[in-house]
Amino acid sequence: MTMTHTLTPTADLATDIDDVARLLTPDGERIADPELDRWVADVDAITLRGLYRDMVLLRRIDTEGVALQRQGQLGLWPPCQGQEATQIGTARALRADDFAFPSYRETGVVYARGGKPSDFVLAWRGEEHSTYNPYDINTATQQIIIGAQALHAVGYAMGVQRDGTDQVSVAYFGDGASSQGDVNEAMVFAASFGAPVVFVCTNNQWAISEPVSVQAKFPIAGRAPGFGIPSMRVDGNDVLACFAAMRWALDMARRGEGPAFIEAVTYRMGPHTTSDDPTRYRDKEEVEKWRRRDPITRLEALLRARGEFDEAFIGTVEDDADALAAGVREAAMTATTRAPLTVLDNVYAEPHSGIDEQREWFGAYLDGFAPAPEEV
Amino acid sequence: MAQLTMAKAINEGLRRAMADDPKVLVMGEDIGKLGGVFRITDGLLGEFGAQRVVDTPLAEAGIMGTAVGLAFRGYRPVVEIQFDGFVYPAFDQIVCQVAKLRYRTRGNVTMPITIRIPWAGGVGAAEHHSESPEAYFVHTSGLRVVAVSNPQDAYVMLRQAIASNDPVVFFEPKRLYHSKGEVDLDVQLADAPPMGLARVAREGSDVTLLTYGSQVGTALDAATAAEDDGVSIEVIDLRSISPVDYRTVTASVRKTGRVVVTHEAAREAGVGAELIASVTERCFNYLEAAPQRVTGHDIPYPPAKLEKHHLPDLDRILDAVDRVMDRPNSLSGVRD
Ligand SMILES: Cc1ncc(C[n+]2csc(CCOP(=O)(O)OP(=O)(O)O)c2C)c(N)n1
Repeated sequence: MTMTHTLTPTADLATDIDDVARLLTPDGERIADPELDRWVADVDAITLRGLYRDMVLLRRIDTEGVALQRQGQLGLWPPCQGQEATQIGTARALRADDFAFPSYRETGVVYARGGKPSDFVLAWRGEEHSTYNPYDINTATQQIIIGAQALHAVGYAMGVQRDGTDQVSVAYFGDGASSQGDVNEAMVFAASFGAPVVFVCTNNQWAISEPVSVQAKFPIAGRAPGFGIPSMRVDGNDVLACFAAMRWALDMARRGEGPAFIEAVTYRMGPHTTSDDPTRYRDKEEVEKWRRRDPITRLEALLRARGEFDEAFIGTVEDDADALAAGVREAAMTATTRAPLTVLDNVYAEPHSGIDEQREWFGAYLDGFAPAPEEV
Repeated sequence: MAQLTMAKAINEGLRRAMADDPKVLVMGEDIGKLGGVFRITDGLLGEFGAQRVVDTPLAEAGIMGTAVGLAFRGYRPVVEIQFDGFVYPAFDQIVCQVAKLRYRTRGNVTMPITIRIPWAGGVGAAEHHSESPEAYFVHTSGLRVVAVSNPQDAYVMLRQAIASNDPVVFFEPKRLYHSKGEVDLDVQLADAPPMGLARVAREGSDVTLLTYGSQVGTALDAATAAEDDGVSIEVIDLRSISPVDYRTVTASVRKTGRVVVTHEAAREAGVGAELIASVTERCFNYLEAAPQRVTGHDIPYPPAKLEKHHLPDLDRILDAVDRVMDRPNSLSGVRD
């Protein structure tokens, strides 16, 4: 490699949202991309319809989550509307035995990995930190500490290397997380050890109220090559491009070529969480501009143009979405809270005298509230 | 029985643990060819190869976070933090991830990670190389925290820590690395006392002196000196500071009625505060005097030339013994 002593980033600014690889225009027209095309050569109407269905179902989970929070059934909800293509496109490219490390907003990743209706809501209701067993769906508990999971994904990939399999692990994180030490350390470790890990940075333009320009001047995907990691900046509202980019990255990792980095340029249409007020920091025009790039209508346009979008199809998708939403609602409404004493469970794998004593004390204390035995 | 330094005992402990279980791997800065800055991992690279003796990039959060991922995948990482004062960049991964993952996943994900930390002062080291951060970890549920005081314990407890399905913060007093002692290398782990048990290092009847790790030797010296003064001190080496073996502690306090705690770490909200609160709750009616603490000052660790004024020594311990014995002492008449 030749290297000049003065390196100046020459690409456009991090805020340029159109400097991306894409396969579908915002109007849903299929266009060619020399790098991505070969990764979707086999994608047929069934696959496209499947991706469409997934995105619609994900949006319905999200809408239901917001509604449940507004109705007081959930403590909080982190909406992902607008990010369906990034989450579904990348997660659907994974194999079942790959392992994903998502953040709190990656509802679609948990969905694509096989999460049950209760898995989307019970944590936000405050019943559990994690409803699913990570090993059942090869997906880690959703992470709230920004960026921490990037290192876990790399460590997991280092384990894969030692086991000699061709599995891949995936770290999902946001544009804000790209500023964290953990994410940068993760890239150092991944590159140094050639770990089979894919970094998926969802650049949804905002980290709560901080625009991406506070995290980065140069496009975030441009950082990875500096760590020795090939990267791609794709249109995160183009499900086909996300699917293709992920296949590109996975293929490299599976073949032992080491890590890859994808920056998916997208937009969070809703608030950061249901506690947030985005009108304080971003204007309507920006939101409206992104509404015209909606990932679901974009794929719908392609399907329509190809005559693959008929009443029967949309009918079954809507029915499935209704059923899933009803399942999510039911899971929230019928949730039962664990018994008080279980609050002390699973702190340690092995007996721990401190916890054992507290359990004994708390158990006796709780017993004090038990109704007195009836006199006979 | 072999006469080994603590450094060599730990090295042997690592070697046996790695030989016994192919899922055990060690990782850290400079631990490969160099064998670690204290040579604790000496020879392991040659024996087990680079896949199991991992020289990492210089990034503590990175080391700890990738260890979490390896544990997710079924490995048992033994992480070396180069010096006590360098564990702080890894603190978030330790307290938010390592300690909590089991709880967060309702027991589905275990974190059998051992975090070895060359620890505490008394060796004339540079800034950030002599710290006693144990209270931060003791305060964090989900971690076990142990401190060793002799080569035999170092060898056995390290292997127990690695075999444990819980994360263990393992403190190695660097001032004892070169002290020698008898080590039974063939001891069966099942027959050895569990690492959670305290050890009565010296029996006595007047005062219970609670300590751990680097201070055990000083405490024993103090007990010997006190004997000349007619005071009988029982020294308890806690070995585990989370959880504490209160059965052993309270049995001793009920016998002596007097408690002194000593550790190198600063006093404020330290392990000594917790020990005294817990002992008072359990043994209030047995106490003949207010329990006393002998600790480092509440200051950043001082420059090497001054550390002797910071570290509790034999005389400071004896002064506290005088306080619990109600004999003339440095605080006579000066406290409200
Ligand atoms: C270490 C840490 N610092 C701060 C927070 C509070 N916080 C939660 S989400 C968030 C913004 C994250 O932005 P980004 O990484 O872009 O992800 P996004 O929410 O946009 O999906 C912040 C600051 C946190 N959860 N963890």
